[in-house]
Amino acid sequence: MSHSNYQPKNSVLAWIERRLPIFGFMHGSFVAYPVPRNLNYWWTFGGILSFMLGVQIITGVVLVMHYTPTSLEAFNSVEKIMRDVNYGWLLRYIHANGASMFFLAVYIHIFRGLYYGSYKEPREVLWILGVIIFILMMATAFMGYVLPWGQMSFWAATVITNLFSAIPVFGKSITQFLWGGYSVDEPTLQRFFALHYLLPFMIAGVVVLHIWALHHVGQGNPAGIDVKSDRDTVPFTPYATVKDNFALICFMILFAWFVFYIPNYLGHPDNYIPANPLQTPPHIVPEWYFLPFYAILRAIPNKLLGVVALFSSIIVLAFLPWLDTSKVRSARFRPLYKQFFWVLVVTCVGLGYLGSQPAEGIYVIVARILTAYYFLHFLVILPVLGYFETPKPLPKSISEPVLGKSGVAVGIGARAPRKN
Amino acid sequence: MRKTALLIAAAALLGSVSAQAAEQAIHIDRQPWSFAGPFGTYDRAQLQRGYRVYKEVCSTCHSMKLVAFRNLAQPGGPGFTEAQAKTVAAEYKINDGPNDKGEMFERAGRVTDYFPSPDPNEQAARARFNGSLPPDLSVIAKARGVESGVLRGILNMFTQYQEGGPDYIYAYLTGYGKPPAGEELTPTQHWNSVFPGHKTQMPPPLTDGQVEYTDGTPATVSQYARDVSAFLMWAAEPHLEARKRIGFQVMIFLIVLAGLAYYTKKKVWADLH
Ligand code: HEC
Ligand code: HEM
Repeated sequence: MSHSNYQPKNSVLAWIERRLPIFGFMHGSFVAYPVPRNLNYWWTFGGILSFMLGVQIITGVVLVMHYTPTSLEAFNSVEKIMRDVNYGWLLRYIHANGASMFFLAVYIHIFRGLYYGSYKEPREVLWILGVIIFILMMATAFMGYVLPWGQMSFWAATVITNLFSAIPVFGKSITQFLWGGYSVDEPTLQRFFALHYLLPFMIAGVVVLHIWALHHVGQGNPAGIDVKSDRDTVPFTPYATVKDNFALICFMILFAWFVFYIPNYLGHPDNYIPANPLQTPPHIVPEWYFLPFYAILRAIPNKLLGVVALFSSIIVLAFLPWLDTSKVRSARFRPLYKQFFWVLVVTCVGLGYLGSQPAEGIYVIVARILTAYYFLHFLVILPVLGYFETPKPLPKSISEPVLGKSGVAVGIGARAPRKN
Repeated sequence: MRKTALLIAAAALLGSVSAQAAEQAIHIDRQPWSFAGPFGTYDRAQLQRGYRVYKEVCSTCHSMKLVAFRNLAQPGGPGFTEAQAKTVAAEYKINDGPNDKGEMFERAGRVTDYFPSPDPNEQAARARFNGSLPPDLSVIAKARGVESGVLRGILNMFTQYQEGGPDYIYAYLTGYGKPPAGEELTPTQHWNSVFPGHKTQMPPPLTDGQVEYTDGTPATVSQYARDVSAFLMWAAEPHLEARKRIGFQVMIFLIVLAGLAYYTKKKVWADLH
């Protein structure tokens, strides 16, 4: 998978390189690595996600230096971080809002994949690794949210761990195993703390595999056609690096807006009330990034089936490469799929809204319709659409719309990379 | 045709959903706060008045365990001098110990002490209030909020509305009144227009003229409520001023950096044929 014959000039580096070709590897992966020249800004979110993982790990490790994972001290230790640790408020707000930004980026990244058919041959394994990262992220964020041991921490943990009790026969034992007792309590907090520390490093491991797979098969692109010649690509550095850099800084502006100006906007006020096992909050709502899944869970009257639907709604993504029967990757050339894509986006946003509302009356009815549609999209519409849809003609190559057939630069099409 | 049908269906769903959403909301007025917005800072005089109201009124029932006397002199707070904070602390008797004979003893408060609680424990507090607990006020301004509908909620992201806590507390402190016909109150309950369920165990704590203000500010219930709400916001978010100040510097830095990054990108890609 090497894309370069890089040889370090420095004699010490050259000495190392002969024994461990790490510099050539880095050069091949992040400098010479060829990327399609027509990538748009939706392709910058992979870099943004790597950055966010780094931010969460660094702020998280420093938070741990001041955090106490006991039911008596957890809440107060987080408040100590906010009040007495130098720049502790900054660390904590970066970490708490960082989780949201991480999810915002991952959702954009996933919908990018859906729109441009990034999951199709030969990127199935790459895609499935992505779904695994997503699941690990959800587990990590869920357990992290328990750590400040506020009312929402405690009751979200109770609601979610209770889901496992729906499993036939073993449900009760599994739930008690998760709790380390007969309800959410200090043992639960401590195991969640241990796992919350562990999982991000597992994510980092899967990210390495994800990027390895990516560099092996090459990046997709908005046209959804394969790279055919060197003219279709540009070297990662400087082209992709400067573009990723610009996108990342814009993303950081958004991030900073939340951290410095509205740090509690995405949180729930109840989580500033210390956990109280005797008092259930009137509405238990998870963090915004779980809301669509929470709506699916509650849309279904039977608890076991609700749990099955919840997990299926995530697992179904892993089967996408086989559910989507169309040979054409990009929605740009799939007039019908493009419309269904946007209906799916609206459905997910709608489910998110319903997840934040009490499960009663019209909310439940609409949540049921949207849940049904969500599965319909993946299980019926996608498989069938491939057979009925007539795709638009595909360009011959990535460089064709940019360079023209003769290879001489022509006027810039709307979709071609801007020459700026 | 299909699109129109879809749109109508979506509009019908949205309409019925928002109709249900509208049923639940209790309206709470927004107050002008000096600490709102990107350049907001606390009004020192207001925090000092708020502290007086807290100390003379609220602290007889509510604890504030996370705030220490030293915090009163901390930058970005009420602006007490070190000496003033010391004097305030020394007015309190603090239970300490055990000493080297193994006995507990009383001593004068120091700046490093946290605000003492009115009751020895939660049970004692509950026993005073018919089973209800006056909550600790340290982070109460972040532990309460105002429900905003979806559109208002999204707008809040841009207008940086983060003052739901003090708005609620102000509305709660000034929201007492007679129960509407048909509502029964037990002798310890009081009717409040914004408290969830409207029946609160907290007797109306404020009356006009109750706390003496020396700076000419009107000694009215609404002024007390405003001042103590601001004070509670500071107690919950003592580094708000530093946060907003650093935030502005970070923003300027990032925006300039984004500009540079944009032109770098433009330049690099311009070479591409
Ligand atoms: C006479 C005792 C008493 C005094 C004085 C008092 N409170 Fe309370 N407070 C209570 C009790 C009891 C509750 C619990 C109310 C309930 O749960 O019904 C309470 C609740 C509250 C709440 C939470 C309301 C909610 O939404 O749950 C706030 C905020 C509050 N008090 C603020 C104050 C402030 C500010 C002051 C000073 C101006 C004050 N209180 C003075 C007894 C008192
Ligand atoms: C995948 C990356 C991570 C995500 C998505 C994540 C998410 C979260 C979330 C949502 C919270 C609750 C924030 C709050 O409301 O206060 C939290 C808290 C916490 N996290 Fe993480 N985290 C990540 C990585 C880490 C790492 C690597 C560590 C430590 C090595 C860590 C340590 C902590 C600690 C100590 C807390 C409690 C303090 C607090 O509540 O602010 N996290 N995390």
